[in-house]
Amino acid sequence: MWAPSASERICERRNPALPARAGVGFKDAHFTAIEESAPAVGFFEVHAENFMGAGGPPHARLTRLRRDYPLSIHGVGLSIGGAQALDRAHLGRVKSLVERYEPAVFSEHLAWSTRATSFLNDLLPLPYNETTLKRVVAHVDEVQEALGRRILLENPATYLRFESSIYSEIDFLGEVVHRTGCGLLLDVNNTYVCAVNHGFVAEDYIDAFQMRQVEEIHLAGYAEDMDEVRGRLRIDAHCAPVSVAVWRLYERALSRRGSVATLIEWDNDVPAWPILMAEAMRAENLLERRRLPGDDDLRSEAPHGAVA
Amino acid sequence: MAPSPEFDQEEFVRALLDPDLPPPAGLKATHDLPPLRRFAVYRNNVVVGLIDALAERFPVCLRLVGEEFFRAMALRHVRRSLPRTPLLFEYGEDFAEFVAGFEPARSLPYLPDVASLEYAMGRACHAVDATPLPLDLVRSLPLERLEAATASFHPSTQVVPSDYPIVSIWRANMATDPPRSLTLDHAEDALVVRPRLDVEAHALPSGGSAFIETLMGGGAFGEAASAASRRAKDFDLTANLRMLLASEALTAINI
Repeated sequence: MWAPSASERICERRNPALPARAGVGFKDAHFTAIEESAPAVGFFEVHAENFMGAGGPPHARLTRLRRDYPLSIHGVGLSIGGAQALDRAHLGRVKSLVERYEPAVFSEHLAWSTRATSFLNDLLPLPYNETTLKRVVAHVDEVQEALGRRILLENPATYLRFESSIYSEIDFLGEVVHRTGCGLLLDVNNTYVCAVNHGFVAEDYIDAFQMRQVEEIHLAGYAEDMDEVRGRLRIDAHCAPVSVAVWRLYERALSRRGSVATLIEWDNDVPAWPILMAEAMRAENLLERRRLPGDDDLRSEAPHGAVA
Repeated sequence: MAPSPEFDQEEFVRALLDPDLPPPAGLKATHDLPPLRRFAVYRNNVVVGLIDALAERFPVCLRLVGEEFFRAMALRHVRRSLPRTPLLFEYGEDFAEFVAGFEPARSLPYLPDVASLEYAMGRACHAVDATPLPLDLVRSLPLERLEAATASFHPSTQVVPSDYPIVSIWRANMATDPPRSLTLDHAEDALVVRPRLDVEAHALPSGGSAFIETLMGGGAFGEAASAASRRAKDFDLTANLRMLLASEALTAINI
């Protein structure tokens, strides 16, 4: 049973979207280069948890970025996919941060990271079934109610699946969207990593994804490994340039979605600013090709809903 | 059909943190063998991610013991003390205490105090912002009224006591102006403060920690000077006042 909830009504008040341009994940090491060159970046994204201190240089930098660029805040600590209740203190911190900086977007992950009072610092996987669906829906509702805005939920990179899953990831995400009114963040690198790790066709995932609800795309580089039977294992390490395969998938996603805010994530082995900027410009060029006069909307969208 | 086993998050976490345990039941890979390598990706993400967080938090400790030793030491700490919030910059609160009890690090007796100093510097970085007391205002202060006056401190201010020259050790390893030589035969209590955007560590003159701690506890300057003289026979009030004011740790002197 599903009826419009308080959070759904809240979601009708949409925040101004991120521009349909290429953005960059902010790293402290690049602050001076950004300040000096005032790069033509569409937006910056930051990890919420790095800006939850009371004061100091992090806030000074973020205030400066927010003044000059649209901002996306990306949470890694709410543990929305966790079995336990959300950490109210942490949700309160997220709320304060969102109120202070008024980002265009707040996003989180379909994953969990907290057990009791311990933070595990990774985005851990969950089975997709009725039990976990109810939890995720309740948690997304709670976050949206607390923040008074629609959030985006990101598809995870996973290395294992569960016998107790009865939904595909796309159907699961579709149900969460349907029941909470949240939007989606499509991580194309995660799609590729999962396709290799679980042996499905990445293009099929992109074709079936609820593109109508996608308000942001993430692109990143992966690391290569092998599993116990010497099968290919790809790890979402954010440590390398975006791969050729992921650029291709991205173009496929854009052909369905039209141009949409796209982030380059590079969090480990962080390169010099010009290299990161070049990656962003590559995405910007692909977005530009999709950006026809007056066309900032969805293209060739077929209803996918929960049947994808 | 038998129902599939319900996902047990507790079991998942136990196996994440203990490499001797098998991966939890109910997992699926593209093959039928126990998915050790696949589960190891998560184990690695959790443990290596937290070791990296400690390495970032305690860079001088890392330099003092070397990368390999530090990571082995940090691994032990991660396994027994996970972060209590998703705020990784708060992680490592009990690292100094752990290092003090870590047998293989005994040959560097100053290491726990250096860890305490680094933790304090990290806290200072994220402390509430405040405006330091302008130095020219301080110069116009009538000295005779100082004895009964109290002080307000910048929220980033912390005193880290030590029997070792921790500030000199820190500067030798981190600062842009490292000392030319370093001897370990003297003690340095540290004053940590971030008056604006840069966190600074100052070596306090003799009696300085008692002086500042009394002031921070709400005691007046006269009281603080007496406490410091009792602690250190060679307490020099002028030198201590000069140091305290130059550090910009004060936000107000309340007459």
